[in-house]
Amino acid sequence: MAIGWFLPYLPAMTARPALSADDNAPILLPEPFLKWFAGHGWAPRLHQLELLRRAEAGASVLLIAPTGAGKTLAGFLPALVDLSRRRRRKPGERARGVHTLYVSPLKALATDIQRNLERPVTEIGLSVSLESRTGDTSQVRRQRQKLKPPDILLTTPEQLALLIASKDAETFFSDLRYVVFDELHSLVTSKRGHLLALGLARLRKLRPELQTIGLSATVSEPAELCRWLVAQSPGAAPQADLITVAGGAKPEITILESEERVPWQGHSARYALPEIYAAIKAHKTTLLFVNTRSQAEFLFQELWRINEDTLSIALHHGSLDVGQRRKVEAAMAKNELRAVVATSTLDLGIDWGDVDLVVHVGAPKGASRLAQRIGRANHRMDEPSKAILVPANRFEVMECRAALDANYLGAQDTPPLRDGALDVLAQHMLGMAVAGPFRSDDLYVEVISAAPYAALSREAFDRIVEFVATGGYALKVYERYAKIRLTEDGTWRLTHPRFAQQYRMNAGTIIEAPMLEIRLIRRRTRSAIARGGRPLGKIEEAFLETLAPGDTFLFAGEVLKFEGIFETSCLVTKAASEEPKVPYYGGSKFPLTTYLAKEVRAMLADPARWSALPDQVSEWLAIQARKSLIPGPDDLLVETFPNGRLSHMVLYPFEGRLAHQTLGMLLTRRLERARAMPLGFVATDYAISIWGRRDMGAMIADGSLSLDALFDEDMLGDDLEDWMADSWLLKRTFRQCAVISGLIERRHPGQEKTGRQVTVSTDLVYDVLRAHEPDHILLQATWADAATGLLDVTRVSDLLARIKHHIVHKDLDQISPLAVPVMLEIGRESVVGEARDEALREASQEAMIALAMGEIRDDGARDAGS
Amino acid sequence: MNALARRLKQGECEGLAMRLGGEAVVCDPAGVLHLVEANTLVVSDLHLEKGAAFARRGMFLPPYDTAATLSLLASTLDRYRPSRVICLGDSFHDRDGAALMPAPERERLATLMKGRDWIWITGNHDPLPPRGLGGETLTEISVGALSFRHEPSAGPRRGEVAGHLHPVARLAGRGSRRACFATDGERMILPSFGVTTGGLNVLDRAFHGMFDLTRAMACMIGHKGIYPIGFRALA
Repeated sequence: MAIGWFLPYLPAMTARPALSADDNAPILLPEPFLKWFAGHGWAPRLHQLELLRRAEAGASVLLIAPTGAGKTLAGFLPALVDLSRRRRRKPGERARGVHTLYVSPLKALATDIQRNLERPVTEIGLSVSLESRTGDTSQVRRQRQKLKPPDILLTTPEQLALLIASKDAETFFSDLRYVVFDELHSLVTSKRGHLLALGLARLRKLRPELQTIGLSATVSEPAELCRWLVAQSPGAAPQADLITVAGGAKPEITILESEERVPWQGHSARYALPEIYAAIKAHKTTLLFVNTRSQAEFLFQELWRINEDTLSIALHHGSLDVGQRRKVEAAMAKNELRAVVATSTLDLGIDWGDVDLVVHVGAPKGASRLAQRIGRANHRMDEPSKAILVPANRFEVMECRAALDANYLGAQDTPPLRDGALDVLAQHMLGMAVAGPFRSDDLYVEVISAAPYAALSREAFDRIVEFVATGGYALKVYERYAKIRLTEDGTWRLTHPRFAQQYRMNAGTIIEAPMLEIRLIRRRTRSAIARGGRPLGKIEEAFLETLAPGDTFLFAGEVLKFEGIFETSCLVTKAASEEPKVPYYGGSKFPLTTYLAKEVRAMLADPARWSALPDQVSEWLAIQARKSLIPGPDDLLVETFPNGRLSHMVLYPFEGRLAHQTLGMLLTRRLERARAMPLGFVATDYAISIWGRRDMGAMIADGSLSLDALFDEDMLGDDLEDWMADSWLLKRTFRQCAVISGLIERRHPGQEKTGRQVTVSTDLVYDVLRAHEPDHILLQATWADAATGLLDVTRVSDLLARIKHHIVHKDLDQISPLAVPVMLEIGRESVVGEARDEALREASQEAMIALAMGEIRDDGARDAGS
Repeated sequence: MNALARRLKQGECEGLAMRLGGEAVVCDPAGVLHLVEANTLVVSDLHLEKGAAFARRGMFLPPYDTAATLSLLASTLDRYRPSRVICLGDSFHDRDGAALMPAPERERLATLMKGRDWIWITGNHDPLPPRGLGGETLTEISVGALSFRHEPSAGPRRGEVAGHLHPVARLAGRGSRRACFATDGERMILPSFGVTTGGLNVLDRAFHGMFDLTRAMACMIGHKGIYPIGFRALA
């Protein structure tokens, strides 16, 4: 049986505080509900009743509970109880609007919940209609829903945006009583969350008395979510009520102890495969989590290589074809699989079969993520979850240890909520114009009632109005093409109905990185290329751009040979070899969280804690203490030493790869100005290594290079600006902002732009805009995104503040033990960004010689051109 | 470096001299073709007023593209001082582009045209003569052994110079896309000149059958000059 949310009410659990715990509390549950619980031998849980009581008293509520606590039923109970008391509609009375809206981050979750909810609704005998509305819902069904709204509508943030941007939103939501947000913790941290917050503000405008119910896993700042759920007003920060359910039994987590040596660097954890396989064999069903798609591919392939008992081990990640994923999910629900190797696509709360072990390969990067992944095992709250962490290298050993301590402490480090994005506001504003004319004064008040936008200035708001109307350029040449225009009655109105259609086609905030479909052909022939072949899934264009035809790589558990990109497909053939030539790229796309980084630094600084680490690792640190030094918890250790003919500077900020990448770029620029002649750098999650021609240790000693000046906080000013100007990261961010804000359309009536086409033009638009109007509102939005997103500037800035006066320098004769992992990364990085002219010159010479020597065969050349 | 600044810098580099259909030509890193004997400059796919064309459909791209493209063109004209300029079609992004062009840009363009033979070849974006701008509008023109039209004809065509496809190329395994002159010594397809125009890989199906693949080269525009690369070294 699939585990739904009703399982937790097993008779064995009556020992917990239930209905009888508080005899003074009035029993709020109507008779049919009590009967239903009793009929199954269950009792309602205390937090379910508490939530009902508060909701009946008129409050909005945030429920924080671990997986398996019956959260979903709790969230729907107030709505179901209210609906059960509703009198029948008299014949001829107008159709009622939606009573309860349920918003979830995943389409699949909305459908899942609908299935799970139908059963109690039927069994209790409620006359309640339930329908879902997602991107997959047919046009016919949507139309019918508009005419005859269901009592409970299950939907996604994007669909809500479309619903409120329609002229009949007022009628549709005229009876709205509750809005339930599932997995709120994961919704609020993204731009989708911003769009959703604005949508909620509009719903509140339509129905000021509506109540919200948020369901969330544990978060570090519940107050933020409580504010998110209710209307904010200037000078006040009201909050929803908070109900917290303590976690169940402590999870049993261990760090895998291997006979083999823990590697210095890398992310594959290949050394631990025999132990991992043994663990799979010893358990019924194991979920193996990794951080990236390529790690998943690698682990899957390696496990099958040693799978002597042919255990049913499957692979599941977001790039795989949907059909293939569904198959795995179905097999899992039927308990047909012994193990699934998965990435974060499984992080959210879809229920799985009887998982009795979670293995996490690689460092978990964030303690919250670890807690959630472990919650995946054993959905019964009272039995302890079992998990094994498999660190892939020595730093990860420390990280795993820290994560483990953090999990026991119940520490949480979900990212802080950021201010509402301006590009999202621009999209919402056009949607509101589609719904009907608006006054800017009114819309401003409505927008700042949404928690993420509470601090939005009127000036910024007005610039967004201008942006939506005509692009917001200083050069006002587009007035006559305005999308919305201020009319005599003081309202902004849409100038043409076609803009409403454009809006509907482009609403939403999920901008996918350009992905290409991978198609498997048997041989590289012209007809095979024309036909296309069987789709295997999708892959990032950025990865493919690093490949040359003939290169082999891992995908969907197979070694594939790259044949080329044809239109929007990537064609591959099966490779003869078993070893992919191109290593799966990079370590982890998740940076180490601030909290975990702090824990790792603290552990490093405290030799007393090293005993908890494997011997090889504690010895390594002890040698480091002898040969160089161990930095204090707030210190930044800077080591300099020669390596070959080059001088190296290695620093250990432990701030995650993104922040290190940014810092590395900035330091290199400064070192160049200081004439240290830097040649390059490499960054990991833990350290940065910069190398150059001049002896940096000697320069520091004779005072010609000052570390204080090198790490001065003002590097975040001009240096950053200069560097960012041409950064591809910024261009990618700009593309997202341009699409979300409606500057560039994803789809135009009659034609569909692919990700590839959008990329081409936004880079150029970015350059033109930067050259001519550098303070344009969209560039500001891009900057704000980049600061928290890909460049992690915020973290670099915190780091620089932290290490001021805490920089310790050690000049060494040779490489230090701590530097080994990052030094091994050198040369593994592929060249990012633009190739230098040298490569072009070389190739043109090669080509010229080849041409002169007559090496080009006719067939080869034709292949290249076909 | 900003792409615009890079374009200006590239314009200062040496061009690549070659023979095309028997005529002496120079592929200039600014993205134009110079016919040495006829002192004629050929520029393709200016796509002027592209921002405005999009704005007319509700996408407010920055209105600065025309000014930027004209600046680049002005500096190129300054260097060659050609007696004749051939705009190889798609000079304006849409039919209304020329008529609705703001006055400052219109005057700037008029200054560039002054004292020269100016030929507008019609393109799919601008099938009619640009309103109120002067110059001569043709669908095709021949100069010496070369003929000039907007869309390349299918199959091999000796001496034909065209635009339309916005060729770009990428070295296999390394580096990013660069605009290029695609040629096999017999015919040529020029890169697009306008600052907000995208590109199409020369290995795309659209280029099939046009070139003698044993000689086909992408003359890629690098930072410091033009580099001819055989098609088989591309990805």
